[in-house]
Amino acid sequence: MTDLLYSQDEELLRASVRDLLTARAPASAVLARTETDELYDPALWHALAADLGAAGLAVPEWAGGHGASWRETAIVAEELGRSLAATAFLGSTVLATAAGRSAGADDLVERLASGEVTAALAIPLSTVPGSGFPDTVRHSHETLTGTVRNVADARTADVLIVPALADDGPALYVVGAGAISRTAVVSLDLTRPLTDVTLESARADLIASGAEAVAAFDTALITGAAMLAAEQLGLAERCLEITVEHLLTRYQFGRQIGSYQALKHRMADLWAGVTQARAVARYAAGCVADADPDAAVAASLAQAYCSLVAVKAAEECVQLHGGIGFTWEHPAHLYLKRAKADAIAFGTASQHRARLAELVDLPAA
Amino acid sequence: MTNAEDDLRERVQKLLAGHDPQGDRMEFLRAQFDAGLAWVHFPAGLGGLDAPRTLQSVVDADLAAAGAPTNDPRRIGIGLGMAAPTIRTHGTEEQQHRWLRPLWTGDEVWCQLFSEPGAGSDLAALGTRAVPDGDHWIVNGQKVWTSQAHEARWAIVVTRTDPDVPKHKGMTYFVLDMKADGVEVRPLRQITGEAEFNEVFLTDVRIPDSQRLGAVGDGWAVAQTTLMNERVAIGGGAAPRESGVIAEVAKTWRTRPELRTPAAHDELMRLWVEAEATRLTGLRLRQQLAAGAPGPEGSAAKLAFARLNQEITSFELDLLGADGLRYDDWSSDTWRTERPTSVDFLGRSPGYRYLRAKGNSIEGGTSEILRNIIAERVLGLPGEIRVDKTVPWKDLPK
Ligand SMILES: Cc1cc2nc3c(=O)[nH]c(=O)nc-3n(C[C@H](O)[C@H](O)[C@H](O)COP(=O)(O)OP(=O)(O)OC[C@H]3O[C@@H](n4cnc5c(N)ncnc54)[C@H](O)[C@@H]3O)c2cc1C
Repeated sequence: MTDLLYSQDEELLRASVRDLLTARAPASAVLARTETDELYDPALWHALAADLGAAGLAVPEWAGGHGASWRETAIVAEELGRSLAATAFLGSTVLATAAGRSAGADDLVERLASGEVTAALAIPLSTVPGSGFPDTVRHSHETLTGTVRNVADARTADVLIVPALADDGPALYVVGAGAISRTAVVSLDLTRPLTDVTLESARADLIASGAEAVAAFDTALITGAAMLAAEQLGLAERCLEITVEHLLTRYQFGRQIGSYQALKHRMADLWAGVTQARAVARYAAGCVADADPDAAVAASLAQAYCSLVAVKAAEECVQLHGGIGFTWEHPAHLYLKRAKADAIAFGTASQHRARLAELVDLPAA
Repeated sequence: MTNAEDDLRERVQKLLAGHDPQGDRMEFLRAQFDAGLAWVHFPAGLGGLDAPRTLQSVVDADLAAAGAPTNDPRRIGIGLGMAAPTIRTHGTEEQQHRWLRPLWTGDEVWCQLFSEPGAGSDLAALGTRAVPDGDHWIVNGQKVWTSQAHEARWAIVVTRTDPDVPKHKGMTYFVLDMKADGVEVRPLRQITGEAEFNEVFLTDVRIPDSQRLGAVGDGWAVAQTTLMNERVAIGGGAAPRESGVIAEVAKTWRTRPELRTPAAHDELMRLWVEAEATRLTGLRLRQQLAAGAPGPEGSAAKLAFARLNQEITSFELDLLGADGLRYDDWSSDTWRTERPTSVDFLGRSPGYRYLRAKGNSIEGGTSEILRNIIAERVLGLPGEIRVDKTVPWKDLPK
């Protein structure tokens, strides 16, 4: 049975990541950056990805990584979910690295693991695991043409991994950022901006084709869904914490508002939901780390469960802060926007329920 | 594999060599206890070997593989889950030796005489009086909702020994002989038609002082040990995916395609996801316990389990439609005489499951009380405003 607990090493990793994010990306700084041209902080990325080695955790040492696993990577995702600091982690360290490893793109993976280069996987963030291979980009005459909307972390990526249809079927290509045109999207989620990517006869290098390309695409999505669940867990934990803090410090009618049972019970229910989300997210991380045959079920279960908990946590955070929770200044809205966007990323809870139904043989009709 | 594990497995083989697992059931169970293989983390002589608690599952697996009998843990759940840890924590050497062996083997069934008509969630309000009389106590009062009192040889009971101090201070905890004079057990019929629980009337019952657990006036602290363990016992459980009531619904779904609708399908999958999340939470809790780091997660598990059992069984009736209108048996003639020995969610009809599940958010502490506990003890939110903390028990409004 998958280990659902956190190891001591994982707790140490968590502490370093949290220290870094608390020092370099406090809530006020995260908010301030959303209104500048430099949402991503390159120095923070270097400290996280290269100095702490977060970008190479799930990459074996022989491939230039640190030889840990997706389990440890999930710890970083949890912490980033708490912090909301904008980084290329999901696009580069999770999606592109998972796809690149599966496709055997060792050179690229090595560069990603070092943190020196970032990549994005050119798919809409809302792509559901198990959905068909994308066909919006076509390959002909050695080049790629097509458009992909709502790509995560493409804005500053050096390289894109692009799934495209070639004459002989699905294939994965690597394209340099110079060969594409990028249009910034005004994203619901202020701290994970999306980009529309257009390729017009862009020069591309093939890294996998046929079944290998499909497998790399599926692996990336399942890994992405599992790591996103960890992010949702971290986000929900942080929202619960902030809200409890507020319930203890805010007085109305001569009492701490946290002494009202109506609110205590809502917090207790939320805590129970977060507790369950932790078990579910840990299971998904463990399954993708071990390439367990249950990984597809675990990832969809995690998305079907953790999406709802994270949104609930952020919604409670807004509501129980009252007017202050409705302001731009307080971080509650950043959590709500991320939680809601995450609930759509890699498919909604109901899309995952539908997928689970197929995976566990509970047919719709 | 560790040395401790090798050692235990060797002991299991020795037990199996000396005692036929297909032979006399009670004889085997007693031998298992005496070999220290009952609860391996207990001390030698008390059913254990001071081994890590995690290794119990190794012992149980080897015994199960050999076809050894079990002590039917569901039938003696109150003894195993509540009385045993309380006796172990607060009992004298002599008390532990007297009670733990027959408790574990199931020779003696236990029940829990806590709730009273005037004291349920607010257990500390209880009024069953115990008055000292030489080296005995004389007990008068009424207990209620007592599961298995009709089968029990022993009861754990909390009484009021000092009505003049605030309620949490004046209580004392005893073990009561259910065969003692003055103990009257009356079946109490429940929502499902039969009677799992009872009313218990105590009239001038004499309890020897040697059956007191903990100091006089310390009953509340001792009761906390019992209640903490009750929550763990009710919430936990390692079962494979699609176990319990969700298995019944999934089976119906797979075998009766004519019942399927799109709305029901999404609801089914929502419940399936919740059931799996709750199962994984239980597994994680077990891993925490095994690693020696129990957390408050048991409360989350119990809260989720109660709600989920109710939602799934309600959905099952809806899904069945016309068949959901029928019930299996209200036991109108026999409820006093034919009593269930354990709760069997799967052995009976969906209507029974739906009704029995209503008890899950009441028994062992209601879901509302559980939320108070989580909010206050886990999240550190302020306690309820209390009007009963400093008033002597006898002056409280009742
Ligand atoms: C199937 C079953 C088996 C049982 N077996 C046993 C047994 O073996 N031994 C035993 O001793 N007892 C047993 N019980 C009793 C059980 O522990 C009590 O019923 C339970 O603790 C609730 O107490 P009560 O019935 O007095 O309800 P009350 O305490 O009167 O509660 C009534 C309602 O008020 C709510 N409430 C009460 N206080 C608060 C508060 N402070 N804040 C918010 N809401 C509150 C409750 O949640 C509940 O909804 C059993 C009960 C059931 C249903």
